Amino acid sequence: MKKLTVLLAALALAGCGGDDKAASDTLTVYSGREEELVEPLFERFEEETGITVDVRYADSAELAATIAEEGGNSPADVFFAQDPGSLGAVEDQLAELPEAVLDRVDARFRDSGGRWVGTSGRARVLVYNTDELSEGDVPDSVFDLTDPKWKGKVGLPPTNASFQAFVTAMRLDAGEERTREWLEGLKANEPKFYEKNTPVVEAVASGEIEVGLVNHYYLYLVKEELGEDAPIANKYLPGDDPGALVSVAGAGVLASAEHSDAAERFVGFLLADEQQRFYTEEAEEAESPLVEGIDPMEGVPTLDELAGRGPDVDLSSFGGELEKTLELLNETGYTS
Amino acid sequence: MSLGRAGRGRAPLSLLLPACVTVALLLLPLAYLVVRASSGGGRGWRVLTRSNTLDLLWSTGLLVVGVTLASMTIGVSVAWLTTRTDIPGRRLWAVGAALPLVIPSYVAAFCLLGAFGPRGLLQQLLGVERLPEIYGYWGALAALTLSTYPYVLLLVSAALRDLDPALEEAGRGLGRSPFEVFRRVTLPALRPSIGAGALLVALYTLSDFGVVSLMRYDALTRAIYLQYKSLFDRTPAAVLALVLVALTALVLWLESRWRRRVSRSGPGTARRPRPHRLGRWRWPALVYCGGVVGAFLAVPAAVLVYWLARGLDRAEVPWREVANSMSASALAAVAAALAAIPIALLATRFPTRLTRLLERSSFAGNALPGIVIALSLVFFAANYASPLYQTLALLVFAYVVRFLPQALAGVESALSSVGPRVEEAARALGRGPVSAAFTVTVPLIRSGIFAGAALVFLSAMKELPATLLLRPIGFETLATEIWKTTSVGAYSRAALPALLLIAVSAPFVYFLSSRHEPTEVEHG
Repeated sequence: MKKLTVLLAALALAGCGGDDKAASDTLTVYSGREEELVEPLFERFEEETGITVDVRYADSAELAATIAEEGGNSPADVFFAQDPGSLGAVEDQLAELPEAVLDRVDARFRDSGGRWVGTSGRARVLVYNTDELSEGDVPDSVFDLTDPKWKGKVGLPPTNASFQAFVTAMRLDAGEERTREWLEGLKANEPKFYEKNTPVVEAVASGEIEVGLVNHYYLYLVKEELGEDAPIANKYLPGDDPGALVSVAGAGVLASAEHSDAAERFVGFLLADEQQRFYTEEAEEAESPLVEGIDPMEGVPTLDELAGRGPDVDLSSFGGELEKTLELLNETGYTS
Repeated sequence: MSLGRAGRGRAPLSLLLPACVTVALLLLPLAYLVVRASSGGGRGWRVLTRSNTLDLLWSTGLLVVGVTLASMTIGVSVAWLTTRTDIPGRRLWAVGAALPLVIPSYVAAFCLLGAFGPRGLLQQLLGVERLPEIYGYWGALAALTLSTYPYVLLLVSAALRDLDPALEEAGRGLGRSPFEVFRRVTLPALRPSIGAGALLVALYTLSDFGVVSLMRYDALTRAIYLQYKSLFDRTPAAVLALVLVALTALVLWLESRWRRRVSRSGPGTARRPRPHRLGRWRWPALVYCGGVVGAFLAVPAAVLVYWLARGLDRAEVPWREVANSMSASALAAVAAALAAIPIALLATRFPTRLTRLLERSSFAGNALPGIVIALSLVFFAANYASPLYQTLALLVFAYVVRFLPQALAGVESALSSVGPRVEEAARALGRGPVSAAFTVTVPLIRSGIFAGAALVFLSAMKELPATLLLRPIGFETLATEIWKTTSVGAYSRAALPALLLIAVSAPFVYFLSSRHEPTEVEHG
């Protein structure tokens, strides 16, 4: 048994060995964005700069909670998150980004305090089953989904950050009362709840439901898995309907970052033309580029369309608004 | 000194010290929760008075009771059939029925949904429009039972093999029916092992998040995860987690009451009993075992193979992940077994209020969801032990915090079947209490220690939430590989790591289910 103890201690120490190489040529990123989707970006950065990137992948909200628990001792240099809410939750621990980086994107798509910046855009859509419905059958506003004819046919992910951001947008834009009424009305229509966006789109494809409230790019992910002929399509809602909200994935540099130069360089790198083009040319999930002059993938709204779309709301206030949104979702029976 | 229950001297310091240190470390998450819950002032406690907190308690309780009863029924019945009867293919059923233990519960849920969910495989096969709804209570019950009943099966099978068949044979000799012998003789003797198994099942169910979220069943863990997403305020999550700790205490209390009515029959002789002839019950018994193995092993395996076939062209064997999973889990198994021995020895050989308290306290981390353990260790390690933060050592420690009770179950059930008499003999010959324990008892319960370690190994292989946050950067395991692919909906690529996880874990289940198998009649 003594041998085992020694072995155990040796292996445990071996696990601690990583600290020595904390030289200037490494960068630690906490990524709430899936490895499948963003790994090529990290590889390109390593190739171009010679800086080694260590990435910790996990859920955005869990990483935000981790950064909060770590406090000033966080090993992270960059937080690359799925949604403005997670970034907003740790904004006190983020440093202000350089003007040159911030100016790459429209003010709508970054923190008003300059602590994080959007790196790609995503529009809320109604995804629908093309065997059951034509685009004309799908309502032009989410407010119409309370019509009894949609009973049992709508699906949504109530615990998902993007869905909650959409509800926040509705609250800020249409007011508390109207949002509560809508949530109650929709609830009366017995919507189906899913854990995330992907299963919603899969359920639409399988015919389990006819319409789903999701982000636009999940369509492409699900087609990748089920095949191009899967009977699903996106409907982008017109005008300033809350259901046309445009949100972002984004990144920020930690104030406690050990490699803050490399970190700023990385965020700037994400906004360079070449990396923005990545979303339209190579990426599986077809997000929208946020930098002027880069055209999105066919069928995905352009930057001008994005900037003019959806309710007029401040994304950087979403973190602070989340608690009220959660309370409302809780009271109306969407979450517990 | 008849059964050596008490009055055998004071607990020696050489056992107390390591046990106290271990338990103090295991209680770190609890300390964290108390700090978090109290830091938010009154706001966090508002969660408690919300009307749906009661609903959550009720639905969580309902699930725990359901899964525990189902697991006890399946576990005990299959264990009896495969150790005490002449059912054809006895060994095959014993191993096959234990194998679902290696299927992570979230994979089980995915597979059940893939098979029985809307437009799943079954629906395609039958060509029908709709199947009964699988989401909700029944789906969660099925997936959780699948991955937990093997705990009961394994512990009860081992106990049955250790049980002196002379008792049952005497019962039969007195003209009792097999059923009556089972109820009056076998079942009472199995109490400790059924209790230990049921405890693991109940605590696992309390802590599980993957299944309840995939099956959309509102349990406490799901609410805790949702609270963590409200980010700014970790207080409500901590308060809900403390509610979970209170439920754990309740479960532990129930189990110890159940265990109190134990009749220990002494070490017994390890020999194969004369099997019951099933006679015309043979076919129903076969159908039953086939149903259990079919539903809980064949269905998930078939779904995984189907997914694998669909994405075979893109499949790449993740060798590095296999190695990482196995090394981290093996370390956790060794560490947990070593840590469990002093605690188990104290609780069974020196039963005082203190030693029992130590033993019960080591369960604190077991019913907490992985995210709570992970964040508490993030907090302590990042701020007070930063050289350890995000190292393999911390990850292994997190596994020990979560799974130590499984090692404890193995060691304790072995200890309770060895009985203190040999140890007392050693002491009568002049050995000190610790020396007697280590030279006489520990070698005797070696197989129990290995069994406990194997259980920890299997659990660590499947662990996800703590692994994600605490692993060294770039340390990929099979579980994180499955998470990575399923989170983008790429089930075809999740199938290979899932099947590999099952394949490398399977030999351990084989070991667990075949240990104590007496090869021939011998006299003890």
